[in-house]
Amino acid sequence: MNNKSRENILRAVKRNQPPAEDLVLGEQLPAIRYDDVEAEFIRTLHSIGGTCHLVTGVSGISSALTGNFETGGRWVTTVPGLPAIPRADPLADPHGLENIEVAIVEGDFGVAENGTVWIKETSLAIRVLPFICQHLVLVLPRQQLVHNMHEAYDRIGSAEYGFGLFIAGPSKTADIEQSLVLGAHGARTMTVLLLDQ
Amino acid sequence: MEKQQPSHAALSEQFNADEARVDWHDETLWWVRQKRDKAAWTLPEWEQLRENASRIKQHTLTNLHGYLLDFERQAQRNGVIVHWAKDGDEHNAIVHGILQQHGADRIVKSKSMLTEECHLNKYLESKGIDVVDTDLGEHIVQLARETPSHIVLPCIHKKKEEIGEIFHRFLGTPKGNADPEFLTHAARLHLREKFLSGRVAITGVNFAVAETGEFVVCTNEGNADMGAHLADVHIACMGIEKVIPQRGHLGVFLRLLARSATGQPVTTYCSHFSKPQAGQEIHLVLVDNQRSTQLGRDDFRSSLKCIRCGACMNTCPVYRRSGGHSYHTAIAGPIGAILAPNLDMRDHADLPFASTLCGSCSNVCPVKIDIHTQLYKWRQVVTAEGYGDKSKTLPMKMMAAMLATPLLYRWAGKLGRWVMRYLPAIVSNRFNPWYKHREMPDAPKHSFGEWYRKNRS
Repeated sequence: MNNKSRENILRAVKRNQPPAEDLVLGEQLPAIRYDDVEAEFIRTLHSIGGTCHLVTGVSGISSALTGNFETGGRWVTTVPGLPAIPRADPLADPHGLENIEVAIVEGDFGVAENGTVWIKETSLAIRVLPFICQHLVLVLPRQQLVHNMHEAYDRIGSAEYGFGLFIAGPSKTADIEQSLVLGAHGARTMTVLLLDQ
Repeated sequence: MEKQQPSHAALSEQFNADEARVDWHDETLWWVRQKRDKAAWTLPEWEQLRENASRIKQHTLTNLHGYLLDFERQAQRNGVIVHWAKDGDEHNAIVHGILQQHGADRIVKSKSMLTEECHLNKYLESKGIDVVDTDLGEHIVQLARETPSHIVLPCIHKKKEEIGEIFHRFLGTPKGNADPEFLTHAARLHLREKFLSGRVAITGVNFAVAETGEFVVCTNEGNADMGAHLADVHIACMGIEKVIPQRGHLGVFLRLLARSATGQPVTTYCSHFSKPQAGQEIHLVLVDNQRSTQLGRDDFRSSLKCIRCGACMNTCPVYRRSGGHSYHTAIAGPIGAILAPNLDMRDHADLPFASTLCGSCSNVCPVKIDIHTQLYKWRQVVTAEGYGDKSKTLPMKMMAAMLATPLLYRWAGKLGRWVMRYLPAIVSNRFNPWYKHREMPDAPKHSFGEWYRKNRS
């Protein structure tokens, strides 16, 4: 049944599709760029419910963490050089992460136009980690900011990955009378630590 | 005989019975439309972005056969199991087959308009499968035994007090509590259990990239990812029109999608699924369900460009005042009204008429589908095919005959003026649909022709 449907669908598509048209994009888009890409990133991130702190070095990360999160509960990290926090085990059962309070993950780069951060699968250890934790912290080198999504995909290029993810702020919903509520199913807060090395 | 489906007009009349509620619905959606405008205005290149999105889709549709083959090959190379379904029944059977293969009796589902179109929930429930909708809005309508009334805002028709009552009944929240934050948290706790115990998850697909075989799923809640990453099996379902040529094109579409939908600069999560994680299976179901037919219709082909943002609904003066359920189809609003007649022209013959043809839908569409032109063209098609509303076609024919016969026209005009002056009750009554919500005008003393002969000739 499956194979027959495949052939039938492809045949119908081929028969019904109009003559092929080349892809000619309009005038090269002067996609938006900002005078101060970092300021714009921070502004946008705040507007979508995220938080941002500028930190210097590993000690800056540690003090930002202890200063902003209660130390009780289970923490894990995938960021190297944070000895006090247990490393996430890529081979662990993802269901066992249910009680994670804070997860600290490395961001690859941020996008100023929408406050989103690209995270590589290798930085996640386990795919569900940034969703299942209560609080998500992304460590992002402050030089790693692009202006818009076109630059973002130029930067990703043809990288091979099993999974890749843009995260923009905490999990949210407005399904009840359009009232915005942070913390739907994923992390309830999202903090970016912009790292000055 | 099969029970006749009440028309859009009849269902709208029910919705319109509560005027305060209609006003509230109207204003809420208009507010979302205004948020879309503000988001669009942040980008000086917005119009070029729409133009390019439209061109990418046009190019894709004219090369769909090749791109589908590319996508299938790349996805398989990534270790994804690809299925093809010619219609909803086949799609549902494939999903059920995968569940059976894994001995699963429950499925954790995130939002997919395609599965709504295929009536997957009903099918699986008939097979004894427990379907858990995990998008908050969809979960609410599922508990209420309803269907989504909007593709992005599934329970936009419900007031928070009603949702509080539903949660009290099904989730045991305190009676009378209608606080959105409290209710959302209750759903979070309830659904976490489902995510953690779910073995098979189903998601939709926003974009599928032919070049790489990856597919992108966009959510704000994170429910698609919670389901997919915690399950042994991830089933992703997509219409064949969801393919785009290159990864770089995602930049164009992701810039448009959330801004058009809710006025956010981007959805919270844009997840790019390429390969299954260790120990997991990813199944991808490619569904035609008459998309290939629509592809062959010159006038309606571009409806397949739709990226399901819902902007046309939020702006539509008819949708806002008639509610999503009045469209009696999985996808409501202007876009639904041009997609549905392709699926079943007889059942959906009324939908192209559920429009003022004001064109606002076309103006906000991020991929520049000429929605209002297609609504107009579908009217010609359904009428020519004999599915027009009989209460309209007969008077239209009589009207045409009268307008084509000068003597009859003059006589009818005289009669009309006389009736409206001396016996207005004949036209100004509830049996005349034209009289509903309208004041009849004062009858002029004479026709324009009479006036002209007297004053100018």
